[in-house]
Amino acid sequence: MQKITRDALIEKAAALLENGTVSAVLGWKRGEFDYDVTPAVFNSIDEMKEGFVWNDFCGANFSKYLVSKTKKAEGKILVFLKPCDTYSFNQLLTEHRFDREKVYAVGIPCEGMADIDKIREIAGDGISKIECGEKITVTTLYADEPVVIECEKVLEGRCESCKSKAHVAYDELMGDEGEVLDSNRFDEVARLEAMSAEERFAFWQNELSKCIRCNACRDICPACTCEKCVFGNPNSGVENKAISDSFEEKMFHIIRAFHVAGRCTDCGECSRVCPQNIPLHLLNRKFIKDINSFYGEYQAGAEVGSRAPLVNYTTEDLEPGEVFAKGE
Amino acid sequence: MRKCSLSKIDLLFAEIAKTQSLYMPIDGADGRAVYSKWQAGKAWSSALNTVKSPKNFFFPHTEELANFKTAGKTIEIIDVRAEAEDFVVFGVRACDAKSFDILDRVFLTDPVDSFYASRREHGVIITTACNRPTETCFCTTFGIDAAEPAGDISTWKTGGELYLKANTEKGEALLAALEGVTEAADDAAVRAEKENIRKIMKKLPLADVKADAFGGGKTKQYFDDPAWAALSESCLGCGTCTFVCPTCQCYDVKDFNTGRGIIRFRCWDSCMYSDFTLMAHGNNRNSQKERFRQRFMQKLVYYPENNDGIFGCVGCGRCLAKCPISMNIVKVMKTLGGKN
Ligand code: SF4
Ligand code: SF4
Ligand code: SF4
Ligand code: SF4
Repeated sequence: MQKITRDALIEKAAALLENGTVSAVLGWKRGEFDYDVTPAVFNSIDEMKEGFVWNDFCGANFSKYLVSKTKKAEGKILVFLKPCDTYSFNQLLTEHRFDREKVYAVGIPCEGMADIDKIREIAGDGISKIECGEKITVTTLYADEPVVIECEKVLEGRCESCKSKAHVAYDELMGDEGEVLDSNRFDEVARLEAMSAEERFAFWQNELSKCIRCNACRDICPACTCEKCVFGNPNSGVENKAISDSFEEKMFHIIRAFHVAGRCTDCGECSRVCPQNIPLHLLNRKFIKDINSFYGEYQAGAEVGSRAPLVNYTTEDLEPGEVFAKGE
Repeated sequence: MRKCSLSKIDLLFAEIAKTQSLYMPIDGADGRAVYSKWQAGKAWSSALNTVKSPKNFFFPHTEELANFKTAGKTIEIIDVRAEAEDFVVFGVRACDAKSFDILDRVFLTDPVDSFYASRREHGVIITTACNRPTETCFCTTFGIDAAEPAGDISTWKTGGELYLKANTEKGEALLAALEGVTEAADDAAVRAEKENIRKIMKKLPLADVKADAFGGGKTKQYFDDPAWAALSESCLGCGTCTFVCPTCQCYDVKDFNTGRGIIRFRCWDSCMYSDFTLMAHGNNRNSQKERFRQRFMQKLVYYPENNDGIFGCVGCGRCLAKCPISMNIVKVMKTLGGKN
């Protein structure tokens, strides 16, 4: 459950709208059910009172939206950022993707977001109501009694291995500030590394063969902000909307992983939105782990303007051959 | 009506699979149901539905249309069409069964799409009623009865039995061939189950979603509605909604140069993509708002306009469950239709 309340966030937004600091608010909007939250721009307090939500289903990272929204906005836009979102925010600033002057960032604490698929596994189908409190209470069409679930049991995968409860960017902070965590996020990567090359190939072959090439992973990714992706550009020569063979599929994902290497902050949005539940974040996390071990600890987005190891030449850099040998 | 004990359903499947390929939702390693080929040892998934719809069987994600080989100044056109083999798709839900009607009207009207037609001819659809619909289901909005699914054969799961009823000649022929593994049954249990299902359908959270405000002739009414801006505000233009949708029917035709020849193939396209219907002069939908509007206008206004009032959505709920930003046709209908 979240420690900060919806009302507190609305109150904060109201004050900032009223005193003219901001002209609009980027926030989460209530949906048809209690879990299908949509990112939205709120232009008034009335709109917020009607539709704004803050609960265990507000996983959407707004940083990337700032690229398009700040272009349109007159005045500043208020954005609420969870700790992990602030890393994407900084990374986008490092890449000069939006105008910092047009944003008023309020850092908010996050206790971890819930995964509706995990809730469904426990409570069953036909969810008619979800109440987020100390625990998550789920009412379904088929169970006589509401099912009460501990929040920790249904955390999104990325939140289970949250890397930081501390915000690395904000104009103002609400609630108590957390700390950078000693997370277990590389455990799964280590598990893949321990496999034989054939096993690992089979693992990815199986996962990536599920891909329907909807491009949701690319389109949600805060590191994928090319105005026109090569894979969506008919003039690029490599544009493809579909899997013409299984090799192409891997090519898309591997090229994407390379393209965001050193810039991926490990926000986990790709895996969250994939309709086929492909653990895409593991590709990028492997890169992060390797960068850490080859070039020293580096967290993309930890600060604005940092030189990422992959774009920063030093004479101490290891030779490609060494990297290759370590990868064997 | 025939029946077969669920404990012996493998015999039924084996009997079908003897002569043709049998596909059905089967749980993958990750526990999610996917339409896959049945073999002994595989179990029919208990999941309500699959992420990828069964439209893949008739209108696959990608398919080769023709090959070209050039030698000097001649170009040889190689027809790659092959008569489809007989196959059976089992476990199709009422919503998806209805989606085939919607696709038929596109692919089987003149000029007939021979690729699609061949698969339709050779495929037998066995549907199954939904004992446990979920909150994203709204098939009733489009007049679909989850208790009475269409298809060549309809089935109901109740009281440890699977009841089967043929609806078409194809279905009758298949059911006749299954007499050895089924037995005659009266329909009392099925009638009770249907009532049961209809009762649940009324309790679904989306049971009150109405499509009455939409249909042919409403283009002017909705096209310039200011609400499209907010509805499409955070749409990523990803195309997930179109790729999981059983009724989305757009495709792109492309040539792939293999170095030794050309493969001409088609693949699903999405109106959510910026190069959708790109023409020499450019594109007529330049903003995500216009692309987003296209998808929903097509389902709710344009398709019915050209198809006797039939809507282009079957209420399967896939786009509700899978859109990364949780924007979908129900939200569109409630927002636009609610005020008219
Ligand atoms: S979101 Fe998933 S299914 Fe879609 S393109 Fe990415 S990996 Fe493929
Ligand atoms: S409506 Fe949703 S699924 Fe469809 S393109 Fe937009 S973001 Fe993607
Ligand atoms: S528009 Fe959505 S609910 Fe309607 S048929 Fe397509 S995926 Fe299903
Ligand atoms: S939409 Fe209707 S037919 Fe489709 S799965 Fe749900 S209840 Fe069944």
